[in-house]
Amino acid sequence: MHTNEEKNLHHNQPEPAQTARSPLCFFPLLITFIMMFGLWLLLSGKFDPFHLSLGVISCALVAFLSSDLLFPSPILKGKLTVFLRWLCYLPWLTIELFKANLHVAYLVFHPRMMDLIDPRIIKFKSTLDSELGLVTFANSITLTPGTITVNVSLDGDFKVHAIDRASGDPLPGEMEIKIAKVFRKV
Amino acid sequence: MDILVCILLFSGLFFLTAGSIGILRFPDFYSRLHPAGKLDTLGTLLALLGLALFNLQHFSLGALLTSLKIMLIIIFVFVASPTATHAIVDAGVRAGLAPWTKGEKRR
Repeated sequence: MHTNEEKNLHHNQPEPAQTARSPLCFFPLLITFIMMFGLWLLLSGKFDPFHLSLGVISCALVAFLSSDLLFPSPILKGKLTVFLRWLCYLPWLTIELFKANLHVAYLVFHPRMMDLIDPRIIKFKSTLDSELGLVTFANSITLTPGTITVNVSLDGDFKVHAIDRASGDPLPGEMEIKIAKVFRKV
Repeated sequence: MDILVCILLFSGLFFLTAGSIGILRFPDFYSRLHPAGKLDTLGTLLALLGLALFNLQHFSLGALLTSLKIMLIIIFVFVASPTATHAIVDAGVRAGLAPWTKGEKRR
């Protein structure tokens, strides 16, 4: 009982601050709503008033209930720039993905494949500090030349499985620099 | 347009085939995940892109919506495939399976 009250107290504490910047709290809600409604239009494909109003109602409800899951902090400053920089990073990743696939396909079709591969586990420490940056880095490693991320810790300790000697050597390297650029503080 | 669609579909098919053969040929669990995680991603990506373009040949609102839905699938595969690969590798590590190294017998 006592702990419950304590929890409630803690939960209530940030409330006054949130009401103070109420015009800002509105933006995450709006962005969530727009994303939801876009998805609704795309998936339903019906543009008559009945389906549209149904969409508005359900999207508003879902946005109201879950916008704080999508944007844990109501401060949106700099999120957009990070997102745009992340979009600029994608084409480079696609090219790398293509190269990686050609390399693995070459290994697959090589008659003496067993001599070429030399699997090993590499450990290194990343300097990235944001969680999203680490996730992007881990997924990019998995998608690019001959490497799969085995494990990541929150402090940036990476364990990577590399298929041959050459593909594991350039890590962390260029990719980490690019991702650090994307997620640097605005 | 037709030629572009054909190129995309066949290259996608090539990568998917390479992925399947790779799963059969590689020596152990971890190295098998390399073709499974990478080649399948690109294969699906290219094949779906080809389908989305093919679908746009007779342009209409419905066709556009279908193509956009296919693009949504592509985005989902692009995010989900490496994540699923992590999960599988992690399961292998937790179970204590040692990776195959050069010179051992294939498993």
